[in-house]
Amino acid sequence: MTLATGKVGVICCSGEDLPEGTISRVATRLVLEKLRPDQTVTLCLPLFLAGGEDERAFARVFPTIAVDGCSKKCAEAGTKKFSGKPVATILVSEVMKKYPHLKIKSREKLEPQEMELATKVAEEIAKKVDEILCKTAKK
Amino acid sequence: MENDKVVVVPCSGIGKSLGTVGRVATYKVIERMRPEKTRTVCLALLTMGDDDALRLVRENPCIAVDGCPAQCSKKNIEASKGRLVHSIIVTDFLRKNRNLKPEGVIELNDQGDKLAEVIAEDLSERADEILRKEK
Repeated sequence: MTLATGKVGVICCSGEDLPEGTISRVATRLVLEKLRPDQTVTLCLPLFLAGGEDERAFARVFPTIAVDGCSKKCAEAGTKKFSGKPVATILVSEVMKKYPHLKIKSREKLEPQEMELATKVAEEIAKKVDEILCKTAKK
Repeated sequence: MENDKVVVVPCSGIGKSLGTVGRVATYKVIERMRPEKTRTVCLALLTMGDDDALRLVRENPCIAVDGCPAQCSKKNIEASKGRLVHSIIVTDFLRKNRNLKPEGVIELNDQGDKLAEVIAEDLSERADEILRKEK
């Protein structure tokens, strides 16, 4: 059951081993800090396992968007396994295909080109947040 | 043991700058200070029980790098039956370096980066010590 909270949860994989993981993390923070600060909340994915029932209730309380770096889709699968099925998934590697000129290699500090890609991913997340809230408001 | 490397596993810590400090400290170690002796793995992969990730943490000594006392990295390595040989919490280093107050999650401020450097130096020494004992 999803409760009407007026907020959307965004869970990213954070993928420490891949540059795409850093993009997923930075894009998620851009949404939370700049694009939709009043409409979004997040949670560390590993807290589903390390935390308690409050953490595992996350995707049942908030309609949730999973943000994954690669095709293993840990955020989507983890959210579904431990909490509830995400409403949508944004895949960084898919977004990258739309912007082939934006190359990524950094895992630590993003270069301007990498930050541009993170911003593109963040804009896609924000668009999905608006769609979800619009549907929720109509119900 | 695969490649004789210590696996340094930071938490995903997306809610606080402490998580970014642990993440940045890890990259300082695996990319600059001890690239030939250390590596990392995606913590989310461990949480999901990925076979390759499980094998990696079970066959190699692991260091958990956690931002806060929730210790997601440590708990996930333990739940994966990984070879956890050491763990640190960023808040412990912050207590000893009160002048280095981290701010920012997308990008750390200079003080946060310096705190990450302090932690990275400690982690590098730990990795050396662990590999010495493994021989």
